[in-house]
Amino acid sequence: MLSHRLTARSQGHEWPSYLQRRAAEARAPVLKAFFAADWPAPETPIGEAPLVALDLETTGLDVQRHAIVSIGLVPFSLQRIPLAERRYWVVRPSRPLSGASVAYHHITHSEVAGAPDLESILPELLEALAGRVVVVHFRHIERPFLDEAVKARLGEGIRFPMIDTMSLEARLHRLSLWSRLRRWMRRPPVSIRLGDSRRRYGLPDYQGHHAMVDALATAELLQAQVARHYDPALPVSALWT
Amino acid sequence: MEAELLEIRQHMGRFPPFDALDDELLDSVAGQVEVAYFKAGSDILRLDQALHELCYIRSGAVEVRRRTGDLYNRLGEGDIFGQFSLLRNHRVRFPARALEDTLIYYIPEAVFLRLCEADEHFADFVELERPRLEAAVEEHKKANDMMITRVRKLLTRYPVMVEAGASVQEAARQITEAQASAALILDAPDGDPRHTFTDSEDRPWRLRGILTDSDFRTRIVAEGVSPDTPVGDLASGRLITIQSDESVHEAMLCMLRNNIHHLPVLYRRRPVGIVHLSDIIRYETHSSLYLVSNIFHQSSIDGLARLAPDVRAAFVRMVEEGASSQMVGSALSTIGRSFVRRLLELAEEALGPPPVAYCFMVNGSMARNEQTIVTDQDNALILADDFDPARHDAYFLSLAQFVSDGLAACGYTYCKGEVMATNPQWRQPVSVWKRYFSEWIASPTPERLLHCSIFFDLDSAYGEEAYVEQLQDLIARQAPNSPRFLAAMARNALNRKPPLGFFRTFVMEKDGKHNNSINLKRRGTAPLVDLIRVHALACGSRAQNSFERLDDIAATQLLAPGVGDKLRYAMELLSVVRIRHQVLDLQHEHEPDNNIEPENVADSERHHLKDAFQVLSHAQKFLKYRYPVPPHAGRAR
Repeated sequence: MLSHRLTARSQGHEWPSYLQRRAAEARAPVLKAFFAADWPAPETPIGEAPLVALDLETTGLDVQRHAIVSIGLVPFSLQRIPLAERRYWVVRPSRPLSGASVAYHHITHSEVAGAPDLESILPELLEALAGRVVVVHFRHIERPFLDEAVKARLGEGIRFPMIDTMSLEARLHRLSLWSRLRRWMRRPPVSIRLGDSRRRYGLPDYQGHHAMVDALATAELLQAQVARHYDPALPVSALWT
Repeated sequence: MEAELLEIRQHMGRFPPFDALDDELLDSVAGQVEVAYFKAGSDILRLDQALHELCYIRSGAVEVRRRTGDLYNRLGEGDIFGQFSLLRNHRVRFPARALEDTLIYYIPEAVFLRLCEADEHFADFVELERPRLEAAVEEHKKANDMMITRVRKLLTRYPVMVEAGASVQEAARQITEAQASAALILDAPDGDPRHTFTDSEDRPWRLRGILTDSDFRTRIVAEGVSPDTPVGDLASGRLITIQSDESVHEAMLCMLRNNIHHLPVLYRRRPVGIVHLSDIIRYETHSSLYLVSNIFHQSSIDGLARLAPDVRAAFVRMVEEGASSQMVGSALSTIGRSFVRRLLELAEEALGPPPVAYCFMVNGSMARNEQTIVTDQDNALILADDFDPARHDAYFLSLAQFVSDGLAACGYTYCKGEVMATNPQWRQPVSVWKRYFSEWIASPTPERLLHCSIFFDLDSAYGEEAYVEQLQDLIARQAPNSPRFLAAMARNALNRKPPLGFFRTFVMEKDGKHNNSINLKRRGTAPLVDLIRVHALACGSRAQNSFERLDDIAATQLLAPGVGDKLRYAMELLSVVRIRHQVLDLQHEHEPDNNIEPENVADSERHHLKDAFQVLSHAQKFLKYRYPVPPHAGRAR
C-alpha cells in the first residue's frame, strides 16, 4: 500500500518535465500548443488550480476494439462550476456502434451519422483542456481512449496530469485500515462507482452515462471530496497522477 | 433543449417559482447555473458579503439566520434564498449556512433579472410576502368567480312593476296575471339617487318597495285595508335589494339575515327580477339555506342533532365550490345562530315565557361570523336590570342548560373555559356586564384578560339585541382611550407565536425544533384574529368580523400603507387552507380538526403558508411596539 502511494506521488512530480519534453518534441501544431500551455506547477494549491472535468462515452471498454462517441467537459474551480462554459460534442466513432452501446449511452446511429470526426473538434477540445488539471472518474477510460484517438489521427499520442475521483475514493475506502478490516471480515468492498461515491457526500442522483452530465457529476464529486477530506492548500501534485 | 441539462431543468421545473416558467425560460436558466458544494456546517453566504446570484438548493439543507443570530428560516431541496439581497443592495442581510452537505445552483443576476422581467409570477414570488400571498388569494378568488353562480342566473323573467298610484286590487290583478308572487312599487323620483333608475323608455323612476303575496294576507286583508287603497300607501321601511352579479350564496345569506323571502335584484339601479327563497332552494337543495329552514322546523333536540351531517355536507359543498373563508364563516355562523335560536324557542316552549327580558349573547367565532366545522360554544346571558337572582335565576339556569346541552348534541362542544351561559358569572344583568367590561378596560392585567378576551367578540343571537349593542358601544368608547388595556390585550395577542414555516415535511419552530403537524388555528388564524382585534379596539371599531375590522382599521392611519392588505391576505390564506383541510378530513371520514400535516400540503401552498406566517410574525412585532405598557402601569389612578 505504502509503495503505491509513493509511486503515485513521485509520478506526480514527473509531470512538468514530461509536458516540457513533449512541447519540444511534438510535430503536430495543436499538440505542440497543448503541451506548451501554461500548466499549473506541482505545488499549486488545489484550491487555486484551474480544473476541468472531463468525461468520454465510448462504444465499449476495450481501447483496441471500441471508440469514442461523445465528449463532455466543464472547466471549474473548487468554488464554482460555471455551466455556461461547458462543452459537449458527439463524434463519429472510428468503429461501428453496437446495439449494446446504444442502449448504454443513448446516442443513436442517426445522431452519430451526422457527427464530425474527432479530428475536426480536436483543436477546440485540446484548447479547453490545455493548462488545466483534468478531473475524471476512472482515468483508465479517458487516458487510453484519448491517447489512442489522437495517435490514430496525428501519429503521436497524448497524456497529461489527471485527478481521478475514483482513485481518491479508493484511497479512502480501499486502502484504509477500516477497509482492510472489512475485507478480512469478507464484507463486500465499498462501491466507488460515480453514483455510489456521490451518494456518500449527499450529492443528488443524476441520470448517468451522458458525457456532459457525468463531467458535471465528477466536478461536483471532487468539490465534495476536497471539502470533506482535504485542505484546499494541498498541492495538486498530491492528487494528480 | 440540450439533453445534457435535462437533469437540472427537470429538477428546477418541479419547484416554485420555476414550475410556472415556460420551457424556453427554464432552459435558459438551467444552462446558466453555477454549481458549488458545501460541506455540512460551512458558510454559504456571510453577512454583508456582496451577492450577485440567486441561490437554489439542489440537495441538502440550509439554515438562514438574522443579523442577531436568531433563526430566520430553514430551507431544503428546491428552495431559493438570497433574493431579498439581490433585489435590494446586493449585500447579504441574512447569512446562510449548510446544515447538511449541500449542493447549490447559483443563478446569475442577469438571468434572475430577466426572469423577473419576463415572468410576472416569478417576480411576484421573489418579491416580498405580500405580492406572493396576494397572488395566491387572487388565484383562489378567480376560481370562485367561475364556480360560484351569480344570482342573475336564477332570474327567469322581469319583475311585475306597478305605479304607486295603482290600487291594491290592480296590483293583485297584475301579479296574478303574470303568475308571479310579488310586485315592485314604482314612484316618481324624489331626489334620492339610491333607488332612482330610468326604464327602457328613459323615464326616471324611484323604486319604493315590494308587495308580496304574504303582504296581501297580513297587511291588507287581515288589516281590512280597502282594495282601492293606492299601493304607494303600503310601501314602508327600508327596501333590501341585491346586485345581479352577487353570488347565490350572498343572496341566500341576505335573505337569512333579513328574514325575507323575496329579494329584488338590480342591475346597477334598475330592477331586473325578484328571487324567491324557493328559487334558491330549487337551485341548491342541500345548501345551508335549506338547512336553516330545516332547523326551524325541528321540534326537539334529537331532531336538531340529526341535522349535524347536513351541516357537514353543506360545509363541504361550499368549500368545494370555492367559497371564500368569509362566505363559509358567515354561512356556518348563520347555521350556528339558527341552532341557538331554535333551541331558545324550544326552551321557552318548555319553560314558559321568560320572567324578565334577556339577550342571548354569542361570543368568539360565532360573534365574528368566522365559524368552521370544528367549533365549541362560547355564549352568555345578558338579563334585564330588573332581574332578581332569587326569583329568576332558576329559570335562566334551566334555559342556559337547555341550550348548552342542545348545542353539544348538535356538535358544538362545551367550552373548556366555561364561557357559557350556564356559568353564573356569565349570566348577569346588563348593568353588571357594563361593570365587567369597564373594569376589564380600566384595570386590566394580561392574566385576567386572557380568560375573558373571548368576550371582546360579542353579538346577539336572540332576544334584546339592544343589550349587546350597549356593550359594544361601551367598548368602542372606552377601549381607544385606555393604553394600559390595549397593551394588555396586545401582550395576550403575542402569546401564540406562528411557526417559522415548513422544512421538508415538518413544521419548524423558532428554536429549530420540528413538529410533524401544525394546529393552524392555534398557530395561525387565532393569533391573527387576536392581533386584528387589538387594532380594532384601538380605533373604536364596532365590527366583529376580522375582515370588517380590517376595513375599519384601514380607514385610520394606524397601520402603515399596505400592512392591512397583507394581514387580509394572510388571514384569507390561513383560513382557506384550514377549512380545506377540514374538508379533506371529512372526505376521508376522519374527525375534522385544526391540525394539518405538512406532507399533505402542496409545495406551492407550503410557500404561501410560510409567507402568511411571516406576515403574522412581523405584525406581532409591530404590536409590541405600537401598544407599549405605559409608564406607571402598576399604579392605580
